[in-house]
Amino acid sequence: MDKKTAPFDVDKIRADFPMLSAKVNGKPLVYLDNAATTHKPLAVIERVRRFESEQYATVRRGSYALGERATEMFEEARKKTADFLNAGDPRQIIFTSGATQSLNLVAHSFGKSLKAGDEIIISNMEHHANTVPWQILRDELGVVLRVIPVGDDGVLSMEGYAKLLGPKTRLVSVTAASNVLGTVNPVKEIVRMAHSAGAKILVDGAQSVPHVRTDVKDWDCDFLAFSGHKIYAPTGVGVLFGKYEILDSMPPYVTGGDMINTVTLERTTFAKPPQRFEAGTPAASQVIGFGAAIDYVNSVGMDKMAAYEQTLLDYGTRVLGGVKGLRIIGNAPHKAAIISFWLEAAHPHDVVTILDDLGISMRGGHHCAQPVMQRFGVPATTRASFSFYNKTSEIDFLAEGLQKVIEVFG
Amino acid sequence: MSYQSDLYQQVILDHNKNPKNFREVEGETHSCDGYNPLCGDKIKIHMRVDDRGLIEDVGFSGSGCAISKASASMMTVNVKGKTLGEARTLFEEFHKMVVGELDAKGGGHHLGRLAIFEGVREYPSRIKCATLAWHTLVCAIDKTGETTIE
Repeated sequence: MDKKTAPFDVDKIRADFPMLSAKVNGKPLVYLDNAATTHKPLAVIERVRRFESEQYATVRRGSYALGERATEMFEEARKKTADFLNAGDPRQIIFTSGATQSLNLVAHSFGKSLKAGDEIIISNMEHHANTVPWQILRDELGVVLRVIPVGDDGVLSMEGYAKLLGPKTRLVSVTAASNVLGTVNPVKEIVRMAHSAGAKILVDGAQSVPHVRTDVKDWDCDFLAFSGHKIYAPTGVGVLFGKYEILDSMPPYVTGGDMINTVTLERTTFAKPPQRFEAGTPAASQVIGFGAAIDYVNSVGMDKMAAYEQTLLDYGTRVLGGVKGLRIIGNAPHKAAIISFWLEAAHPHDVVTILDDLGISMRGGHHCAQPVMQRFGVPATTRASFSFYNKTSEIDFLAEGLQKVIEVFG
Repeated sequence: MSYQSDLYQQVILDHNKNPKNFREVEGETHSCDGYNPLCGDKIKIHMRVDDRGLIEDVGFSGSGCAISKASASMMTVNVKGKTLGEARTLFEEFHKMVVGELDAKGGGHHLGRLAIFEGVREYPSRIKCATLAWHTLVCAIDKTGETTIE
């Protein structure tokens, strides 16, 4: 056994996740769609249950004991998140409904400071959530949207990026890891270059934060967006990290209760961040569950998880690479544990239907990244995405399943 | 590992591999682009309809999964020579069958060999694959230009 995996007891980890003993179509579940969403450990499920059955109250409103205690637990989750990202001041953590809302918050709020002719840079490997909001800004404000090209191996062109940066660049918004190609981008260098050009930088961490240690101080990024449900927390919670002085200069995005200082019938003064960006009753149960998820991954150890996931990636790349007519799309030297591929024998939707009949949950489609599909000239891909609770035997089973697909369509 | 499927029956696999009328038609009078945003499947229907509303020729182009391709292939075979009204009736019956509102084994319908697609009802996420060509056919009949199935 590999030195790095020796201390990693995946069976013990699996016992923490009730869903992993589920059956699908009468077969044991083989879950390989972790880039879409992850399952929840008992610690998270139990924490939400305890909050909702023993401690529940609204947060930041009730001056009664239950409400105050709930508020403390909610703010504890914010502190845990700040520590997890090495963000320092917890006021730099805004809870949203997910990465999509976090990205939209920046587009709608920071975006208000942009004017016609200003430039925004994204890349050709972005999720639609980091593409569409900027296209809308372009159409509404007349800002110019520029796109960093991606090489045939799935690597972001840093030369291309350097050429796009200029005095008019106001914002760079790129993913830390591609949800299709798996490519891990050199975020620190991307940030450095953006700042040199005088631009702000937003990092989409949806695919990186759950899998590798994140240090926003080291990156020096201005914003970071990610989702809770991809890091073993409930759905409905996400995070936008933003540097405090930038957040403080931004106007509100969604308005209503809990984000104001005073409201008269004539005018309103707004609260400081993060409250300014958290209008309405927040998703307290989900946020507290998210805090428990951070505790859980910390207890396992991000670095151990990341090392083990890399062994799954290496193993999967080798095994799937041996399947006849299978072409892996995305061959960057640094990858997250995501393998997208095109199988000659069948369309991705037919592949995943047959795999599903065998108990394997996997995604076939455009993965909300149609510009990536267009770049690589495929209508869709089949994607296996791993978590630290997956086993190499599941990858073997996937390879057998693909043989079955080839037989059916042969 | 054994595998059996109600969905991928031999007839469907054959039509996927060697689709019928996978071509444009001469003297096209009706056409429509059909698009399934969920999976990116694109199918275009080409038709030549005569003065009396009879479908003289019909073909399809585009790309898609085995279910959408086989469904398009078998649809063209089944609507060729029929009137636009008859084609629309077939669409309605086919649609009812795949969503489970019509039992193909019972009588009172005109589905014939299209009944092979009855298994699709067990795979809700694939129903749109089976109906894409049909929705696009109706769009071509209505001459609305393009259709997106949601």
